[in-house]
Amino acid sequence: MYQTNQYEGMIAETVSMRGHNGDVINAYVARPLGAGPFPGMVVIHHAPGWDEWYRECARRFAHHGYVSISPNLYFRDGHGTPEDVGAKVRAAGGAPDARVLGDLDGANAWLRSLPYVSRKVGIFGTCSGGRQAFLAGCRLKGLDAVIECWGGRVVQSKEELTPNQPVAPIDYTKDLSCPIIGIFGNEDKSPTPEQVNAHEAELKKHGKQYEFHRYEGAGHGFFYYDRPAYRQEQAVDGWKKVLAFTEKTLR
Amino acid sequence: MCTMIAHQVRIQGRGKSGPEWFEVHEANVSYDHPYDLPLEHALNIDFVNETLGPGARVAVELSVDAARQLVKTIEAVLAQADQRGVLEDRPVAAEPARSPSVA
Repeated sequence: MYQTNQYEGMIAETVSMRGHNGDVINAYVARPLGAGPFPGMVVIHHAPGWDEWYRECARRFAHHGYVSISPNLYFRDGHGTPEDVGAKVRAAGGAPDARVLGDLDGANAWLRSLPYVSRKVGIFGTCSGGRQAFLAGCRLKGLDAVIECWGGRVVQSKEELTPNQPVAPIDYTKDLSCPIIGIFGNEDKSPTPEQVNAHEAELKKHGKQYEFHRYEGAGHGFFYYDRPAYRQEQAVDGWKKVLAFTEKTLR
Repeated sequence: MCTMIAHQVRIQGRGKSGPEWFEVHEANVSYDHPYDLPLEHALNIDFVNETLGPGARVAVELSVDAARQLVKTIEAVLAQADQRGVLEDRPVAAEPARSPSVA
């Protein structure tokens, strides 16, 4: 807990890193000043794009003592405003899961190469990023905590599978290799409360360490202070739950 | 952007998203999270020219009711023009590609 007589400093900047297939992509990094060691955090942006909220999110984790990296998962789709690039990816059916996993694995490796990062790295994502965070926890090695916020389409019917997202993440649940926290709004349409229940049932079935928090009066994306979906009380509590979880699993 | 419901149609036309007009080659129609309209999901149409980069985009985000009204209105206008015998159902000559100022 921050004390008013405490020294605090942060560096935040754009860096280059190697992602899927060894491709060089860019990423936003925020880290607390000091020798560390600090735990790491991979911050996954939502499908609408690599936008300001995720820079602020990376800085929030840095403020709480985590070296955070948010890779630009749309680097290969061209450059422009985050909205224009996001709209292009939306039209293409979203970023391919295989490429996203390669980029997230690269972000984890980048963090682990730093002398001031401890041996613990978590992964955080919202919306499609929540889905990808869960997917990463199941498919990648070397992650110590998953923070899934309203991961849409973790549960997918066969009709919803696409060449870019060929497998429903819930089908990989048995491979989840670390604890997970889930944050959901009960008024969400993607995922619906029924889908969240199915997700939880699968975690329970495979004996995974998890905690799910469901909020009344909240829908999709209720942490986004710049959208009408924002719910102050639920968002404040949700962040407290997330940070308590990361303190427990990554320190 | 969690529905992933998106279709693309090749089109021929011009669009304007800054001071300059540019050729639009594709219309991307999706039902997913809008960027600006204060709804969780909306009917989004992006008129784009992929050869000019992500910035070559004329975007609209519509409520479901607005989208349905728009479809009906377009059909009605085309039908009326057809009835009057003024429909110019022929391709437009392409112009050399120009970059929009927002690209």
